[in-house]
Amino acid sequence: MSKTVTEVQIGDIGSQAASHMDSERMSLNVGPSHPTTHGVLRLMMELDGDLITRCEPVLGYLHRGDEKIAENMTYNQFVPYTDRLDYLAPLANNVAYAITVEKLAGVTLPERCEAIRVLICEMARISSHLLGMGVFGMDAGAWTPFMYTFTEREKLYTLFEELTGARFTTSFTRIGGVARDIPDGWLTKVEKFVDELPKAIDEVEKLLTRNRIFLDRTEGIGTISAEDAIAYGITGPNLRASGVDLDLRKDKPYSGYEKYEFDVPIGTKGDCYDRYLIRIEEVRQSILIIKQVIATMPGGLWYADDAKKIFAPPKDKIMSSMEELIQNFMIVTEGPQVPPGQIYFEAENPKGALGFYLVSKGGGVPYRLKIRAPSFCNLSILEKLVPGHMLSDITVILGSLDFVMGECDR
Amino acid sequence: MIDEDFVTSLLHGREYLKVFSQTDCLTLDCEPKHLIEFSTLLRDEKTFDLLVDLTAVDHGNDADIRFTVVLHLYSLIHKAYLRVQVNCPDNDSPVLPSISSVFPAANWHERETFDMFGIHFSEHPNLKRILMWDDYPYYPLRKEFPLAGIEVPLPADDVSEVTGADVDPAPMMGGPFVSSGTGRLSQSEPRAKDESWTETSEKPL
Repeated sequence: MSKTVTEVQIGDIGSQAASHMDSERMSLNVGPSHPTTHGVLRLMMELDGDLITRCEPVLGYLHRGDEKIAENMTYNQFVPYTDRLDYLAPLANNVAYAITVEKLAGVTLPERCEAIRVLICEMARISSHLLGMGVFGMDAGAWTPFMYTFTEREKLYTLFEELTGARFTTSFTRIGGVARDIPDGWLTKVEKFVDELPKAIDEVEKLLTRNRIFLDRTEGIGTISAEDAIAYGITGPNLRASGVDLDLRKDKPYSGYEKYEFDVPIGTKGDCYDRYLIRIEEVRQSILIIKQVIATMPGGLWYADDAKKIFAPPKDKIMSSMEELIQNFMIVTEGPQVPPGQIYFEAENPKGALGFYLVSKGGGVPYRLKIRAPSFCNLSILEKLVPGHMLSDITVILGSLDFVMGECDR
Repeated sequence: MIDEDFVTSLLHGREYLKVFSQTDCLTLDCEPKHLIEFSTLLRDEKTFDLLVDLTAVDHGNDADIRFTVVLHLYSLIHKAYLRVQVNCPDNDSPVLPSISSVFPAANWHERETFDMFGIHFSEHPNLKRILMWDDYPYYPLRKEFPLAGIEVPLPADDVSEVTGADVDPAPMMGGPFVSSGTGRLSQSEPRAKDESWTETSEKPL
């Protein structure tokens, strides 16, 4: 932590100190590279003793210009860039992006493809929340839960690797389907994982949920009222912790979410502790969804067969059929053909509602792609939320908001 | 429900609104000077109180109307999105009224739109760049801005004076470990940049 003390007066604790107490403000600069800020967020704060009186977040340290890049490449080429938005749940980003383009192109997907997407979205949610909870515990001073959640997350990453070939940057979706079918025996492994996961979650709960120190540090800290949460455009678990019932999987179902039964946990107070409880419960609900998906996994194709100008045909057909060879060539060189128009689609990602606003003028390249990053919106409340708290609460508040700068700065 | 009745009652007596399309969600064109009034109405009376997104589209240098600012609102009651499009009247110095007094969420979105497109929002409490640094001279998401970017002077003049460089080189340009790529294997294997010595050739003093 780099400290900039405007005026230090050591050894001047006599009568003068009292008069300084009222007027003296210290400016403190947290970040951009600091463990508390979970990435490259910088907070410029003004302190009155231990009390924060002003907080100004400074962003942009991880700005890559993803939206500009998107305007210069075909739809499928942008899929790897979506991995790097919320890099703790790349599969969910892939799916959200693919659905946006498919909606504009008017592609309907086979049931198997939709089921696979729901499955990987929920696995991404579990992986993101496991990290979120673990790191939150660590921010509050509890190291052990982090070890439990990271062990489980490691198992998930092994499953991701088996499915997509990559642990972290999965790039699994294509416009009009997914990259490949699920491997043999993979579903059994996923089932085994979700059967064992509740045990680890219970361990984390034993360590945190009724822990006196944890409660003291999180209860009543960083309280966001429902009105404020809506006014600042907060979405996802952070919004639901404030008592607002908005889950796009229920309210605007996509990719066949309406077929599965699950509950949406809602908080009451909107403090850091509520946000932690919501994430715990969401993991349990995700496990339920995954079990349902596995039990009802439909057969058939994992890509839209009739979308000739959208989805590249399977490799074995390219090598044996003239038409498919041409089709593949056109899709690779010119991109999936999307009609002119505009669309806005939001998916319920682990961090909140990830939205894509896509303007197409026809052809294989987007004219404009705006990424509505949930972390960006969730952080905008800091300016209002943080003042009035103690400096030591900063770590807990930031940890409970569970943001990712890769997505915030784009 | 967003149906015909809803649209008719919304348009009734408001000449400044026009229905643009209804393909994915109801899309309305709004005149700039009525934007604050209309967004207040949407928030207070039509339950569209969650501003999820605010951004702009650049239609290119030759277009009659170059910049369109696009708002996306969500209603928890209707469970539906609403898109409001506002065309910026002036292509060279686009200015729109800021709606951050109505939706605090618009504060950062408007800063980003200003940062990327150079659209000014009048009455904005803190209109400065958010993703790029304060002195950055260009608007990167405008269509004429090249993908490769444009070199700009360093934000810190004192560093520039010493190095004579326009752009700050990365601290470990070429990576922390570099390889010469030629010679014997022991000499060409990647090593830290400032360590030009190997097992066989001594470290220079």
